[in-house]
Amino acid sequence: METTTDQRHLRTMHPRLRELLFTTRRFLKNPLSVIGLSLVVIFGIIALLAPVLEPPKYPDPYRIPHTGFRIQPSPPSAEHPLGTMQQQYDMLYGLVWGARSAFRIGVVVVVANLLIGIVLGLLAGYFGGALDEVIMRVTDIFFAIPFLVMAMALVVAIGRGLKAVIAVLIILGWPSYTRVLRSDILVTRNKDFIMAARASGASHIRIMFTHVLPNAMYSVLILASLNIGNTILTAAALSFLGLGSETGTADWGQIVSLCRNWIVGTPTDRFAYWYVVFIPGFVIALFVLGWNLMGDAVRDIFDPRMRRR
Amino acid sequence: MSLFSYIVRRLLLMVLVLVGVSLVVFAMMMLLPPGQRVAIYVNSDRITPAMMDAMIAKYHLNDPAPMQYARWITNIFRGEFGYSITASAPVLDGFKRFFPVSLELVLVAAPLIILTGVLLGSLGAVRKDTPVDHFTRVLAIVGFSLPTFWLGLLLLMVFYGFAGIFPPSQLSNDVRNIVFGGNFHRYTTLVTLDGILNWKWPVVWDSVYRMILPSLNLTILNSALIMRLMRSSMLESLGQDYMMTARAKGADRRTLIRRHARRNALLPVVTISGITFAQLMSEMVITETIFDRKGIGWWMAQAALQLDVSAIMFDVLFLGTVYVVVNLLVDLIYAWVDPRVRLS
Repeated sequence: METTTDQRHLRTMHPRLRELLFTTRRFLKNPLSVIGLSLVVIFGIIALLAPVLEPPKYPDPYRIPHTGFRIQPSPPSAEHPLGTMQQQYDMLYGLVWGARSAFRIGVVVVVANLLIGIVLGLLAGYFGGALDEVIMRVTDIFFAIPFLVMAMALVVAIGRGLKAVIAVLIILGWPSYTRVLRSDILVTRNKDFIMAARASGASHIRIMFTHVLPNAMYSVLILASLNIGNTILTAAALSFLGLGSETGTADWGQIVSLCRNWIVGTPTDRFAYWYVVFIPGFVIALFVLGWNLMGDAVRDIFDPRMRRR
Repeated sequence: MSLFSYIVRRLLLMVLVLVGVSLVVFAMMMLLPPGQRVAIYVNSDRITPAMMDAMIAKYHLNDPAPMQYARWITNIFRGEFGYSITASAPVLDGFKRFFPVSLELVLVAAPLIILTGVLLGSLGAVRKDTPVDHFTRVLAIVGFSLPTFWLGLLLLMVFYGFAGIFPPSQLSNDVRNIVFGGNFHRYTTLVTLDGILNWKWPVVWDSVYRMILPSLNLTILNSALIMRLMRSSMLESLGQDYMMTARAKGADRRTLIRRHARRNALLPVVTISGITFAQLMSEMVITETIFDRKGIGWWMAQAALQLDVSAIMFDVLFLGTVYVVVNLLVDLIYAWVDPRVRLS
């Protein structure tokens, strides 16, 4: 009895709302996507509560406090729950505030890439012709540029630091979004409802933003959700190579880089410093895994071949 | 469109893309003021600003950008790529020294990556929705999420730091002495192959031994994509009518999977394998830095960190060329293997 009222209710809903409800239900049925979502939510809470969890000791909260200059890391203790890195930087503090840096990098870069991708993809796919040709050849060129090498050189050229890393990831990251959106728009553009809108005298801008884009942007949104994890990995790699923030900044890649010299323990205990090598990288991996599990689930849900089975 | 005109068109497009790549790299390097572009060649604090200006004038770094670009391109066609400080040699010599080290690792790692991806991917598809399938899917997502540098460090910590096996760097000192000590002919410049040709087994053993960990690192990180693609492509081909036909004709399960399903499912994997191969070269940046192998990835990292402009520009052009050529080859192979793909 309940299901029939439920279904009737569904039928009277706005189609986009119904779609959203359907998506959420499928999303929550999949254990992997729930794990992914929980990971991201936990990291989100940690990032939001950073000032409460680890009150900053300097005016700049992203500077990790350190007690002394002893080179050897020290193992977890009551004072430092996750131990300290070299020069006694507190690991937990770095990881908690590093979560904020990670969210900032991932979200800023992906949103900016998405916006560039949408504008260029829309122009290329909707108008076609010479404009399309030019935009697509430029994306071809950017695809052929080796990403990591160019990113490194460009960060050094702009001036090292997290802001430079973000800027460079934006400059080099947009082509895949443009390409994906354009191909979806080419399909949507010739649908009957677009012809109808055109025949009824709608302007190009109106057709582009109210008719074409909403019906063509699923793939590019999925791409964006899959790319957040990847973006954070690349940013961490750049930091690891010494291009990101200064030593002692709460930034995950930077923390791993600070700990890379401790893979060999002491003669008596060969795993003496395992915690400095293991913990920060594990945190990055968990964060990225969370985003990837979520993105993967979203992709499966929207894949027309997998739908409504 | 005939095959010939297709290839001609693609070659023209390729040249266009490469010219574009050179323009973009050049423009990005021009963001640096002339002083910073010569800075790496100067390593003494006794250099006065006047001497710097003299150097800038000598290399015409204050000329209008189009002129500098034209000079760079003409030099490239003459085979002159400038001097690389990070290689302490002319760029081309540096390339000849570093490239074989990376190529060797790619030649070991690429087959491992493709094999792992294809086998685990098709296993997942055949056993769809069983624990095996779930396990391989989770494995792929986890492999996707691991930071390259962290996995490398962990492998080194466990194997080298704890167990004392699989040390980093390309060759041990003793073997290095054999290789660079005369009486060792560099026929192919690939150390392992040269070791076989020179009948020096310690060289072969040492070189292969030290490639195990880096190629394991590359395999874990890169087979995920192929694994997932293979799974979905295999699922698709398992559902095709010809599978039903083959089953009706009495083919056993083994033949069905190996001869009919897997062979057809391999097609999309060809594309992604080509791209993986091209991208491995830039993946080398981190893997070689961590495992201390002085290959092209290590060189690129050094060049970028120290702003060795001539090396950066050469490397980007080289990797761009590899990418475009591999893409063309992949498309041609694709059209050759699958007659349904029309060249367009």
